[in-house]
Amino acid sequence: MTQPAIVELRDVTKRYHDKTILDAVSIAIRPGEITAMIGPSGGGKSTLLRSINGLNTIDGGEVIVGENRITQNATQSNDAARRIRRTVGMVFQDFQLFPHLTALGNVCEAPIRVAGKSRREAESRGRELLKQVGLGERFDHYPSQLSGGQKQRVAIARALAMDPQVLLCDEITCALDPELKHEVLDVLEDLRREGLTLIMVTHEIGFARRAADRVVVLAGGKIVEDGPPAQVLDAPQTERTQRFLQNVLG
Amino acid sequence: MKKFAPISLRFFVLVAILAVAPTAADLQGDSPRVVRLRDRLASNVLRWGGDAEGGAPFQFHDPEQPDKLVGFEVDLVDALVEQLRSQLDLPQLHAEFVQYDWVSLPLGLEKQDFDLIVSGLEITDENRAKLIFSRPYYVYSLALTVRADETRVKSVEDCLKLRVGTLSGSAAQTYLQELGVEQITAPDGQIESYQDLALGRVDAVLLDLPIAIYNTADDPRFKFVGPRVGQGHYGLGLRPTDDDLAAAIDEALSELIRTGRIRQIYAKWKMWNEDQLQLASGDRPAEAAGLRGATEATVVTTNREAWTFSRYAPPLFAAAGVTVALTFVSMALAMLIGLIVAVCRLYGPGPIRWLALAYVEFFRGIPLLLLLTFLYYGLPHVPYMGVDLAAWQAAIIGFGLNYAAFEAEIYRSSIQSVPRGQWEAARSLGMDDMTAFRRVIFPQAFRTALGPMTNDFVAMFKDTSLVSVIAVVELTKQYQILARTSLKFTEIGLLTAALYLAMSIPLGYLARYLEENWNFGHK
Repeated sequence: MTQPAIVELRDVTKRYHDKTILDAVSIAIRPGEITAMIGPSGGGKSTLLRSINGLNTIDGGEVIVGENRITQNATQSNDAARRIRRTVGMVFQDFQLFPHLTALGNVCEAPIRVAGKSRREAESRGRELLKQVGLGERFDHYPSQLSGGQKQRVAIARALAMDPQVLLCDEITCALDPELKHEVLDVLEDLRREGLTLIMVTHEIGFARRAADRVVVLAGGKIVEDGPPAQVLDAPQTERTQRFLQNVLG
Repeated sequence: MKKFAPISLRFFVLVAILAVAPTAADLQGDSPRVVRLRDRLASNVLRWGGDAEGGAPFQFHDPEQPDKLVGFEVDLVDALVEQLRSQLDLPQLHAEFVQYDWVSLPLGLEKQDFDLIVSGLEITDENRAKLIFSRPYYVYSLALTVRADETRVKSVEDCLKLRVGTLSGSAAQTYLQELGVEQITAPDGQIESYQDLALGRVDAVLLDLPIAIYNTADDPRFKFVGPRVGQGHYGLGLRPTDDDLAAAIDEALSELIRTGRIRQIYAKWKMWNEDQLQLASGDRPAEAAGLRGATEATVVTTNREAWTFSRYAPPLFAAAGVTVALTFVSMALAMLIGLIVAVCRLYGPGPIRWLALAYVEFFRGIPLLLLLTFLYYGLPHVPYMGVDLAAWQAAIIGFGLNYAAFEAEIYRSSIQSVPRGQWEAARSLGMDDMTAFRRVIFPQAFRTALGPMTNDFVAMFKDTSLVSVIAVVELTKQYQILARTSLKFTEIGLLTAALYLAMSIPLGYLARYLEENWNFGHK
């Protein structure tokens, strides 16, 4: 692979008090790659993900996205992090839709306030995105009037409205009823076809196997396994991965 | 009369000067005093301060025309102004009344809220320390009033062990204290003691004769006993720096006495008696002649029953308007300052955060009454940074600053109740912190803050009644003025309460409506 990385972490370290959450983690993500991060709770998956767009500060190493880099002295709202967030979108486990805005309002807020688009332009694109995630009839609904799956699809449309190159998904199906998960996962599969770079923390082993190009296993703050799904999920090399998969798959 | 000697002396000197000076008509622009005074009164307004709250027969609202002031002092001021017009050749000169708490009148004079106190102010050493007096315009004495069936009291000396009512800050109060009366009650108004007497809360009332006559004459529940005591004089109060005006007013008073006008006014208000002959200056026989001359004044009759609903309701409604305006503007200011303080306290750098906390603790911890009094009476005296605020400005700033401390705390807890994930979601979309706060955090926090803030809003409606201490007439003050003038405490009180409820209850419903319906789709 000669293509340069779109997201690169070099020796990223993160500590909470005395506990090391990320222990000098390095990884490079190529454009268009679908990466699934799996691993036991507390293994550092979410922390790694949130380090990429600066929602977590880091205590060592650096995060490089395009021309921007976050180092250990950066705050959550520093300029480099803000520039990174213009190309890296994020979807959260608990949606975090803005409750005081309608579905369309949620999608249009950042394009208007951050990207400086006109309301008309933002709304026309916002409607398109909501249709794309299957919510063509829900423009004027407030988050409280939507189901969990619908909320999460609004959240994805909201992130896509900023035309990101990379989308970070933090356990986005975790809070959903099983029969609603497919609504969201179907949307992700569509995005994959469009060539978006996806980095997702997930417990959906089945989905990872089907959709991911690459599976990364994080445990104890380190990457213990990294490779194509067939290799990592079906023929794990390390004892830690084997144990984890046994626990998850039963 | 002994106490009065300095005034007589001063007056004697003045009379001596005036005697050799040309008459007013010849002065036209020649006398430096007249020139200065014409300059001083260039606005053509002579403002006089008094207290119309239960102020009969001195000054009170006319039941026939509630927005009009009547009383013997109103007539006196009109006559004085008429005299000054020709004396100073200022044909446009007119008087303007400023309502003030009686006990605060010297403060208002010093603050230049008016030029002249005309409010039955007794010429005493204590008052003379704060202001200068005109020559006396009325000779009062103190009358002792008891219930009609009272048998114990023959004179004020019989009251040493009894409960005696009077007026706070009056010469009668001083007289009772010096006599050694043990149980004196001295409310801030002059009709309360008579109410107390009728109800048996006090056994006797000692007050100035004009007040006693007005409040008890023809009332079968009361009688006067004993000789009148403690004779003294009412004078017009002026600022010590205003001696030109004082001299002109003395001259005008002299004319009113000489022409018999003053006797006419007192006769009209049933206040004339032989004591008033002392008003004449010994050096001016013409004045004595004026006081002795025949008078054809029509005696006024005031009828408290004339205070019907259609007469007292309009001034009450107008005062309710003041309350509403004051509350809305003050609350808007409090919500603005409160937001700034809350944001400083949550997100400011160390020292700013500390200052914001200090602000909250300070303004939450001091009584509103203290703050208002300081802003109005104290602030002008602060060295280098003294500001002389108008009463309504002081009121709005006082309420704004005080309530801002409470609103800041409401904002703070509301802002903190917005989940942290909302910040992260906003930031992950590329918003800077300012945009995230304005567009995402604050709208949600404000919705949460709405309920508690409405409570404060309703509380402020009632708290605004405190501003009467700084001479703003709002609903409660207007109630007191009207009730004390008409003695219809219950009737007017019920209307006043209804007005407060009419303002606060809809607000409560509005808040509930907003909470239920401005709820981002929640059912």
